[in-house]
Amino acid sequence: MNKSLFKISPGFEDIMPAEYRELVEHGPYEKGFGVSDLGTFKELIEEHPLCAGCGLALSLRMILASLPKPEDTIIVGSTGCSSIAFPQVALHNIHSLFGNQNALASGLKRALKLRFPDKIKDVVVIAGDGATADIGLDMVMQSWFRRENITTIMLDNEAYANTGGQESGMSPQGTILNMAPTGKKFPKISLPEIAREAGCAYAAAVSPAHPKRLEKAVRRAILLAREIGPTYIQVFSPCPTNYKFKPHETIARIKQREKDGTFSIKEYISPEAQEWLAQIEEVKK
Amino acid sequence: MIDQRVVTPEYLFFEAPREKRFMTGSEAVREAIKRANVDMAISYPITPQSESMHLVGDLYAEGYLREYFRGENEFAVMSAVAGASMGGVRVFTATGGPGTLRAFEAFPTWAGARLPIVCAFMTRGVNSPLSIQPDTIEMAFMLNTGIMMFHAETAQDLYDMILKAFVIAEKTDVHIPVGVFTDGFFVTHTRDTVEIAAEDIKLPPYNPYCAPVPVMDMENVPVRQMRDPFVMKSNFISYATHASWQQEIMAAAERARNYVVKYLGGLVEVENEDADILIVASGTAVSQSREAIGMARREGLDAGLIKIKCLRPFPGEEIRKLTRNATAVIVPEFNRVGWLCQEIKSVMEDTGKVIGGPRVFGGMTMPPDLILAEIRRCSR
Repeated sequence: MNKSLFKISPGFEDIMPAEYRELVEHGPYEKGFGVSDLGTFKELIEEHPLCAGCGLALSLRMILASLPKPEDTIIVGSTGCSSIAFPQVALHNIHSLFGNQNALASGLKRALKLRFPDKIKDVVVIAGDGATADIGLDMVMQSWFRRENITTIMLDNEAYANTGGQESGMSPQGTILNMAPTGKKFPKISLPEIAREAGCAYAAAVSPAHPKRLEKAVRRAILLAREIGPTYIQVFSPCPTNYKFKPHETIARIKQREKDGTFSIKEYISPEAQEWLAQIEEVKK
Repeated sequence: MIDQRVVTPEYLFFEAPREKRFMTGSEAVREAIKRANVDMAISYPITPQSESMHLVGDLYAEGYLREYFRGENEFAVMSAVAGASMGGVRVFTATGGPGTLRAFEAFPTWAGARLPIVCAFMTRGVNSPLSIQPDTIEMAFMLNTGIMMFHAETAQDLYDMILKAFVIAEKTDVHIPVGVFTDGFFVTHTRDTVEIAAEDIKLPPYNPYCAPVPVMDMENVPVRQMRDPFVMKSNFISYATHASWQQEIMAAAERARNYVVKYLGGLVEVENEDADILIVASGTAVSQSREAIGMARREGLDAGLIKIKCLRPFPGEEIRKLTRNATAVIVPEFNRVGWLCQEIKSVMEDTGKVIGGPRVFGGMTMPPDLILAEIRRCSR
């Protein structure tokens, strides 16, 4: 999208909502902002109704601030907590159904390639752990097998949070949640490793406790999805509401999990992706 | 690359010289898609649909389509065509029977998102017990998904309806999906004479900016930023938004009536409409009814025929008027539930004269004698 499209017709400035005016005047389109610039520009996400201390909301803010080309990024979401935040995101974003996000994104990306063969159009899937690792896993993996040029980002809050805190495939073993009244019986699904084996050029696990690492992962994943193939990022986004901790403890919670070894930053880069990254990161230097 | 000339829909449908060819229903699908200027098709196998999408795949290999792939299941395929359509291209797919049910959740979202997708449904029985045989029961489930529904009687209908479906679906004031249904095996796997236009002409391309909703391409301003998401809000404005949106989808189908009349020549076709006994049918039940009427005439009995071509929107006014003076209305169907009979009864004033049958299902053919027996009984 050319930024000149995004303007308010003269004479209508005063009737446009304040947040829309701010977006036109101080939005991130064509600016190349990153997470270090948060607080200096109008973010793509407006006030949202997610819970206080929501790890997912924090991750989403950072992901949106890390997009390499927001003016040409289309988001595909799925049912879950994030789907309540997306109506306030100033990018074209699609909520279709629960679990079909990667199938929909496959069709969308191929359509945009046909319509804009000489232009970058980044298709980024952002969905929860239930949508990605449980109900939609076949479509997520099939999109990787097919080597679709899309980025898949999982907001991993380790539960079905929006429906009231049920166990998901990403909940740690032993956790007591709804529908797991005696504790979860099997371990957290190793999706970054599955992604690596399923054809992803890049797979990473990050968290909002380390914003620059998160930003780097998002940029690498999106740039590699354009050129090499599918990419996957898992963003650990603890849920204070369903895991019953205080809203201000979200980041401390991540750090605690890092310390006890139940969460760690991961990054797998395929040799082909490595070569390409070395080239562009060399040029940048 | 294939050299095809873009012509107006009116020229392609009504003026272009046509050549008679002997082909299967699946091949008629190929001939329609060859001239439909389709950008992308996504396939998944299921009997009796598979052959039609093999042939569409061949068209891709020949250069008639710009993108084609096999999806992983029908729900994924129907989701992927939704994504492609939201991205602004003309898409086609096909399924049938259990595939229709597997994909079911996607269809109301197509209508709700105002996507002008055209999908062919080659109907077959659903489990259990396992069956791959002809049956139209899936159409009962599809009636209230918000998509428009055409029912092809013959391979000729299938060719014409698929091409015309794209043009009707893509009108700005319609812009909802169209399902073109045909009876699996009876039409897909049998040969018939089909009149087709020359293969060097095609429909004009789809213009995504004719859509009444934004194309998801970030080439128009994202306007969906709002303070409150409608989902899960317990307030009247969010209910009213959802309710009025549903009404607008229904209104879009209503507005399509004019285009169905213009391009398909009406929602129904009538033969001998003044007869006391009328047979109302859709799909291949129409052919069997026509056969039965011929047999009845030879016995000196008279019966007329109403062929329903468009089930959504439903030709309620047409049926009400046409059946007003009839003494009996016979509704033969290829399914157990009698969904067409229910539809017809829902618009008629005197439902007592409706005979719900004969019905065959589970893969059975419908001998015209069964319909003839009803005509005889009603003539007493």
